[in-house]
Amino acid sequence: MLNQILPLLIFGALLLAVVGGVRRIRLWRNGRPSDVPIMAGLAALPRRYLVDLHHVVARDKYISNTHVATGGGFVAAAILAILVHGLQLNSQILAWALLAATTSMFVGALFVAKRRVQPPERLSKGPWMRLPKSLLAFSIGFFLVTLPVTGLVPAVLGAWVLALILSVLIIWGLGEMFFGMTWGGPMKHAFAGALHLAFHRRAERFNGGRSTGLKPLHFDDQQQPLGVEKPSEFTWNQLLGFDACVQCGRCEAMCPAFAAGQPLNPKKLIQDMVVGLAGGSDAAYAGSPYPGKPLGEHQGGPFASIIAREGQGLLDAETLWSCTTCRACVEECPMMIEHVDAIVDMRRHLTLERGQTPNKGAEVIDNLIATDNPNGFNPASRMNWAADLALPVLSDVKRTDVLLWMGDGAFDMRNQRSLRALVKILRAAKVDFAVLGNEERDSGDVARRLGDEATFQSLAKRNITTLAQYSFRSIVTCDPHSFHVLKNEYSDFGGQYVVYHHSTFINHLRQTGKLNFAPYKGGSVTYHDPCYLGRYNGEYDAPRDLLAAAGIQVIEMERSGFRSRCCGGGGGAPITDIPGKQRIPDMRMEDIKQTGAEIVAVGCPQCTAMLEGVVDPRPEVLDIAEIIAKQLVEAEEAA
Amino acid sequence: MSLNQATRVAVLLSIGQHPVTARARRADQDARALELALQLNHADVIPLHVGQLNEHNEAALRSYLGMGISQIKLIGNSDILLGLEQGVRESQANIVLCGSRAETGEGSGLVPYLLAKKLGWPIVSGLVSIEKLDQGSATLLQALPRGQRRKLKVSLPAVLAVDPAAAVARQSAFGPAQRGAITPQKLSSIEAVSGAEVKHNSALHSFLWQFQPAKKRPKRLKIIKATSARDRFKAAAAKADASGGKVLQGVSADDAANEIIKLLLEESVLNLDGHL
Ligand code: SF4
Ligand code: SF4
Repeated sequence: MLNQILPLLIFGALLLAVVGGVRRIRLWRNGRPSDVPIMAGLAALPRRYLVDLHHVVARDKYISNTHVATGGGFVAAAILAILVHGLQLNSQILAWALLAATTSMFVGALFVAKRRVQPPERLSKGPWMRLPKSLLAFSIGFFLVTLPVTGLVPAVLGAWVLALILSVLIIWGLGEMFFGMTWGGPMKHAFAGALHLAFHRRAERFNGGRSTGLKPLHFDDQQQPLGVEKPSEFTWNQLLGFDACVQCGRCEAMCPAFAAGQPLNPKKLIQDMVVGLAGGSDAAYAGSPYPGKPLGEHQGGPFASIIAREGQGLLDAETLWSCTTCRACVEECPMMIEHVDAIVDMRRHLTLERGQTPNKGAEVIDNLIATDNPNGFNPASRMNWAADLALPVLSDVKRTDVLLWMGDGAFDMRNQRSLRALVKILRAAKVDFAVLGNEERDSGDVARRLGDEATFQSLAKRNITTLAQYSFRSIVTCDPHSFHVLKNEYSDFGGQYVVYHHSTFINHLRQTGKLNFAPYKGGSVTYHDPCYLGRYNGEYDAPRDLLAAAGIQVIEMERSGFRSRCCGGGGGAPITDIPGKQRIPDMRMEDIKQTGAEIVAVGCPQCTAMLEGVVDPRPEVLDIAEIIAKQLVEAEEAA
Repeated sequence: MSLNQATRVAVLLSIGQHPVTARARRADQDARALELALQLNHADVIPLHVGQLNEHNEAALRSYLGMGISQIKLIGNSDILLGLEQGVRESQANIVLCGSRAETGEGSGLVPYLLAKKLGWPIVSGLVSIEKLDQGSATLLQALPRGQRRKLKVSLPAVLAVDPAAAVARQSAFGPAQRGAITPQKLSSIEAVSGAEVKHNSALHSFLWQFQPAKKRPKRLKIIKATSARDRFKAAAAKADASGGKVLQGVSADDAANEIIKLLLEESVLNLDGHL
């Protein structure tokens, strides 16, 4: 009897899944067009899934093994079940294969269930607690109905009580796995996730690549809105990306703003975008909320404003302004979802269309427009810090080997010390370098992260024009934000440069024997990775190599390298200054203190400022250049 | 004014100049004037600019549009005062809101007064907020030195010049600034401006005036003989000493003038030759 209804059940569930899939695709297609290649993307899908995605998933060995067993088992079982039970192919081999697949899935499901016994805080509950049971139902159900096909057990098992139980299991399993996949159940992640990988907006990230520069707005394109006001103003593949989220909460666990008690949780943000694209309220969300924001008060739809002009929308603006754009969430996300792009897209709307950049935002933007630096200093005083250094200026010398990009730190007395140290090192290594002097402007980093793409592009284009007048081989800067923008974001406007962070460049000088160090006698040192150097540009080694070469053993923090915790200074967060329960730099200083180090080496003026803002007693904050400059022994004059 | 007629507020917007870089920008006080206008309920806001649009000032003018107004009426190529008078009359405004002083040009701070005189309207300077609009009158808050405020009721129409202490202007947003319109106005009676008058005014700008960065004026030294921190704080926060002053009432103009000269001599503002 079961044999007769099995094909009906399987094809019924499949049909429903197809209907659901079409409905879901139509929701994604509410988004704006995106020029991702469709066929190439689909062709690249298996590799992206098996290699790139698993590279991230494998950071959690438990879940990656579990996922291989469960997911692999399920895909095989589903196909085989369609053949064996749906099409009733009477093949021993297929039946045995199906038994193997369901067994693998069963074992995986047991491990999923185990993780769910006392799930970590970051995991979502709700329907996700049901998933392991559904996986078990599916695997057990299909295992048992397949047994008679292999001839291992007589068809006696077809007795009607058993048949009834089996059908319940199978209906449950099929319901979750086929129907739920496209109708919004936990299994949606498989359907949306696969397509998301195929049509990812940053295909460069696959095959070990890196793509972190923000995408420009095209102001001459009248069709393109200035940022995202409604979910339908995301591109369709962004919407698809949101739908791929598995609510694993790895992003939440890494987010500095969430940990500081600011009203942001990257997982909830992505789930809110899902609510927005499908329409509804966040009441059904079963994970950690935004700190201080109860569930069930916000709602939205594809064509409704995300940040309501009046009353409650899908999000509150302060959620967006809490983000430091540290990319810890993106780095950690196994589905390779792009949180920061989405946040900046929505910020763009608030700044460019509504003029609602909070706190000091408006002032900083006005300063950038009027004085080319965020604090409103006289641009003609950018070189004052180096009055006694007689630095060659490009407007005089016209050509140089290395252009030293000073950054806005040139106005800041603290950072001037780092700059002086850097100059000392460059001179010791006899590097031919020059500066732009007062012709240099802010790189546009902060304006862009605050959503002011117009001011960013204006600064970028003017800087590019200035740079085009001179000839130099490379740019060196001690500011990772300028570094990132010059290296990765100016190319969209025609500025292509070889750019080095000073740690990389100094390390290179060392490797080529241009620098000699005295034995290190100072205190113990730990190293804080700046987000815009590490996660944005993948430079984790040079600063460590350099310190090691200077005889310094770096004591690593628990969160270092690609998991480094942000200092709280990126993305204009100190400007928008959204209150939380604690401050991000205080938390980072705690991390630093735990190593017992007396000195924390940094490579970013922003990190220096944030970490030095932590009250004493605390380890000393020194830029890498300062530490190295102190270790220099001038080469023999005779040489 | 009939009962159902909305208040019509003409806001005078000039091209400002950034104090550090001298780049064109929205003038701070004018932007505050526009902010006050935008916060009025049930008022029609009519932004006016007299001058010519060019690539140097367009962005500055547009940044007013970015505050959320859909257009600025541009009265081109005219003497500022006459242009404003015509613009205000033709817009049928019954309130003129403006900054106290321009950031470029003469910056004499006289425009609001001269305009009020031409219109024959009363003027209130130092405006910080408009508390209430009634039929034919407005309740205002005026700034006095040291943070004091005075409530005034003024009959409309009136010219209101905004104090730098008025609420900060809202952020200007790029999108609305680009989309807003700057509409040139054809004014019927502009031709009536005599050529000589225009020439005189422009001559003032281009020939007689030299511009240089303002110098900080020296501060009068206050000698504080305070022993405790509390005394020092009180001395620093206290009003300027008005104890030696004299109130003269009902004296003749000559006597009053003599009193003033006497004071100026005492304070060494005048010397004995009578020269400044
Ligand atoms: S970029 Fe950093 S601060 Fe922003 S949501 Fe992601 S983890 Fe949180
Ligand atoms: S966004 Fe990524 S990391 Fe965050 S919960 Fe979803 S899948 Fe996990």
